[in-house]
Amino acid sequence: MGRVSMRFLLLLVSAVLVVAAGCGGSDDEGGGGGATGGELVFGTASDPVALDGALVSDGESLRPIDQMFEGLVTLKPGTTEVVPGLATEWEADPAGTAWTFTLRDGVKFHDGTDFNAEAVCFNFNRWYNFKGPFQLESATYYWQTVFGGFSDKKDPSLFKSCEATDETHVTINLTKPSASFLGALALTNFTFASPKALQEFGADEGTVDEETGFKPTGTYGTEHPTGTGPFKFVSWTRGDRLVLERNDDYWGDKAKLDRLIFRPIADNAARLQALQAGDIQGYDLVEPQDIQTIEGDDNLQILDRPPFNVAYVGINQAKPPMDKLEVRQAIAHGLDRQAVIDNFYAGRGEVAKAFMPPSLEGYADDVKTYDYNPEESKRLLQQAGLTLPVKIDFWYPTDVSRPYMPDPKRNFEAFAASLNKSGFQVTPHSAPWSPDYLGRAQEGNAGHIHLLGWTGDFGDPDNFIGTFFQQETGQFGFKNQELFTLLDNAEKETDAAKRTQLYQDANRMIMEFLPGVPYAHTSPALAFVAGVTGYTPSPVSLEPFSTVSLGES
Amino acid sequence: MLRFVVRRLLLLIPILIGLSILVFLWIRALPGGPAQALLGERATAESIEQIEQQYGLDKPILTQYWTYVSKVAQGDLGTSVTTRRPVVDELEERFPATIELAFAAMLFATFLGVPLGFIAAKKYGTATDHASLVLSLLGISIPVFFLAILLKYVFAVRLGWLPTVGRISATIDLEHPTNFYVVDAIIALDPEALWDVLKHMILPAIALGSIPLAITARITRASVLDVQNEDYVRTARAKGLPPRVVDIRHIFRNALLPITTIIGLQVGLLLSGAVLTETVFAWPGMGTWLVDAIKQRNFAVLQAGILFVSFVFVIVNLLVDISYALINPRIRVS
Repeated sequence: MGRVSMRFLLLLVSAVLVVAAGCGGSDDEGGGGGATGGELVFGTASDPVALDGALVSDGESLRPIDQMFEGLVTLKPGTTEVVPGLATEWEADPAGTAWTFTLRDGVKFHDGTDFNAEAVCFNFNRWYNFKGPFQLESATYYWQTVFGGFSDKKDPSLFKSCEATDETHVTINLTKPSASFLGALALTNFTFASPKALQEFGADEGTVDEETGFKPTGTYGTEHPTGTGPFKFVSWTRGDRLVLERNDDYWGDKAKLDRLIFRPIADNAARLQALQAGDIQGYDLVEPQDIQTIEGDDNLQILDRPPFNVAYVGINQAKPPMDKLEVRQAIAHGLDRQAVIDNFYAGRGEVAKAFMPPSLEGYADDVKTYDYNPEESKRLLQQAGLTLPVKIDFWYPTDVSRPYMPDPKRNFEAFAASLNKSGFQVTPHSAPWSPDYLGRAQEGNAGHIHLLGWTGDFGDPDNFIGTFFQQETGQFGFKNQELFTLLDNAEKETDAAKRTQLYQDANRMIMEFLPGVPYAHTSPALAFVAGVTGYTPSPVSLEPFSTVSLGES
Repeated sequence: MLRFVVRRLLLLIPILIGLSILVFLWIRALPGGPAQALLGERATAESIEQIEQQYGLDKPILTQYWTYVSKVAQGDLGTSVTTRRPVVDELEERFPATIELAFAAMLFATFLGVPLGFIAAKKYGTATDHASLVLSLLGISIPVFFLAILLKYVFAVRLGWLPTVGRISATIDLEHPTNFYVVDAIIALDPEALWDVLKHMILPAIALGSIPLAITARITRASVLDVQNEDYVRTARAKGLPPRVVDIRHIFRNALLPITTIIGLQVGLLLSGAVLTETVFAWPGMGTWLVDAIKQRNFAVLQAGILFVSFVFVIVNLLVDISYALINPRIRVS
C-alpha cells in the first residue's frame, strides 16, 4: 500500500483524463453543415406532459406538438395574423354562426390515412364530447377558454356541431356569433390528429380512481402522436430526449432538418452551458442576465420574441376609496414605471400603456397616459375630498419570477416608494405566489392594489382585455356595464376591421376608467448557435422548426 | 446472523408505516394543492375545486389515507399529477439514474479518498499530511453546485473534453431495458455508447463525490492513525512482518470499520438524491424529482419517493451493519 498504490492511482487518473481528451469533443453532435439536412438539438425547460394537443396546455408540450400537427388555420410566422393552414379559405354565414372551411386536397396523416372533412369533425367531436377528468381545466384549458362547455351541457358551449358537407368542405356551427374563435383555431390545441391513430392507440382511454386521479392508459399521447405536419414522431425517452424526423410526404415545403431533438434541461445555467459547449444548438427562456454573455459570444446569437404579456398594478374597486376615479388616477400618477423598467428588467422591458401588447390587433396608441407626477396625485386625492396621506394595502407575491415580472419584490419596493411620495401611505403585504397570492388576488383579498400580470394564450385581444374586464370579477371589484357590453360586442363582431375598431375603443375606455395600471411588457429571448437560420420568434410562441437550417457551424 | 438480519428487516415495517403517516399528513398540511401548480395564473376558484374533487382531496383525511394504503398494498403507488404517469414508472426511471450517479460518486470518493487518507496518516505531520488536510477542507467547504458549474465550465465548455448535461449524448441511440445506462450499453454490446455514458458520469461523479471524498479521506486518516498505535500493530512489526503486510492485514483491515460506517452513511445520503448536482447536470434522478414534487404539491410522487428513499436508507444501513461482522470477527452480532 502507500507509495506504490498512490503512484499507480495518479497514473490511472491521468490516463483516464488523457483518453477522455482524445476521445473528447462533444461538438460532433448536431453536425451537418450546408443548407439542408442535419440534426438540431433544442434545450427545453422540461419534458412534455403528453403529445396530444387536446389534453395539454403547457409550453413544453405544445412546442413539439406544433411541429407534428396542423389545424384549419395558422399564424403568419412572427405575427398574430391568421393565415390558411389545412383550410385554404373560409367564410361565415350572415348570422356569423356557421363557418364553412374549404380544406386542402391530398393531405395525409403520418400514418398514411387521408386528412379530410370527416377527420376534422372527428376531432371536433372528440373534444366536444370529453367527459369526466378530461373536463378539468388542467386537461382542456383551451377548449374551455374558447368554446366553454362540452356536450353534456353542464356549461354553455360556443360549439354546436360540425358538418362534413363533402371531402373538402366542413362547416363549424356555433351557438352564437363569435369572431375570436377563428384566431383561436390557430392554437396548437385545435390541431388535427389521425382518427385511426386516436382510436387504435386509445387516446381517450384511461382510468379514474380516487386519490390518484386520472391515469391515461392508451399510448396515443406518449408513443403514437399522428398529425399532418412537417415533422413526425420517432421516439421519446423521458428525462433524456424527444426525437422527431422530417416528414418526407409533407404536403407543403418540406422541413430542412433531418432530425429535431428536444432535450429537457431544467436549470437555466445548465442550458446556457450546454449551448456554449455545443451539446445543444438552441434553447428558449433565456435569463435576462445571460443575454449579454450570449450577445458577446460570436458563436451564439439571441433572437427576440415580440412581447406578448403585460404586468399591471391591479386595483380592487370594492375597497374604498378605490371606487373613486380620482384616486385611481392618483395611483397611476404615483407610479414611477419608467424607473422600474430601467432598473429591474435587465433592458428587456418596455413601459406598458395598455392592458395588451402593441403587436396585437385592437391596440390603440392614443390611449390616455399617466406620467409620474406626485404633485398631480396629491392634487387629485385632495380633489376627491380625502385627507393625506391615504392609507392603502399593497400586495405582492413572493417565491416567484414571472416573465412579465422577474422580481416582484423590487417592483413593489419601487412602486411603494413612489406612491408614498404621492400622497399615499403604503402598508406592504405579501404571500407566496401559489396558491396563496393567486387565490387572494382572484378573490379580491389582496388589498387595495396588487401586482399581477398575464401572458397571452392566443392572438386575440379578447384573451387579454376580455379575460380581465368583460365581466364582474373579484379581482377588480367593479361593474361597468358600458365596458362589459363594448367587450361583448367586440368579441362577437365578425367583420375584422370593425372588430379592431371596437377593441381600440375598449382600450381607450379602459385607460380612462383605469381599473388598474399596466406597467410593463417584456420580450422573452431565445438563444441559438450562430449558424442557425430560419427560426422566426412568434409572440405566442408558435414557432415552426420546418424553416430552420443549421447553416455553416 | 440470520436472526439479526431478519429482525432488522421486520423493523422496517413499523418504520415505513410510521413514515407513511407522517409524510401523508405533512404534505397535506402544506398550503395549496396541485391545482395552482398546474394552472398558475389561470387557476380560478372553480378549477381548483374541480381538481380537488377529481383527486379526492376534499375527502376526510382518514378516507384519503385508507385509499392510499389499500392502493399501495396492491402495488399502485398512484399517478403523478403533472405528468399523468404511474409513479411506479417514474420511480423505475429515476432511481437507476440516482444509483448510477451515487455509485460513481462513491467509487470516486472511496478509491481516491481511502488511499489519500492512508498516505496522509503514514506521512503524519509532514507537508503531504497538511496538504491533504487543506484539500479535505476545500472539498467539504466548496458548495457542490459551485464545484459542478466550475468543473463543467472548465472541462466541458472551455476544453470540450466532456459533455455538459444528461446521461447520454442526443446523437447516440440506446435501448433501455434496465434504465442503468452502463448496463444497457453493455447488454447492447455497444462500446461507443458505453464510453459515451461513462463520459457523462465523470463530472457529476466528481462534483457529487467531492464531499464524500474529503470526509472519507479524513476518516481514513484518523482511523489509520488510531490503529497504527495499537499494541497488535507493534507486535506485528516486532514479529518481523514486512511493512506492506502489516499495513494491509493489520492496520488497514482494522481501520476499515469506521470507514465503512461513514461510507455506508454517505451512500444512504447520496441515494436520497443529489439535487444540486442533478440540477446542474440535468441528471434525471430522484433529487430533482422530489424537489419538483414539493413545489408542485405532487402528493403521490412525494409519498412514494420519500418512502422509497427511507426504505433504501434502512437497507443500506443494514448492509453496513452486516459488513461489520464480515470485516471484523470480533464484532459478530449475537
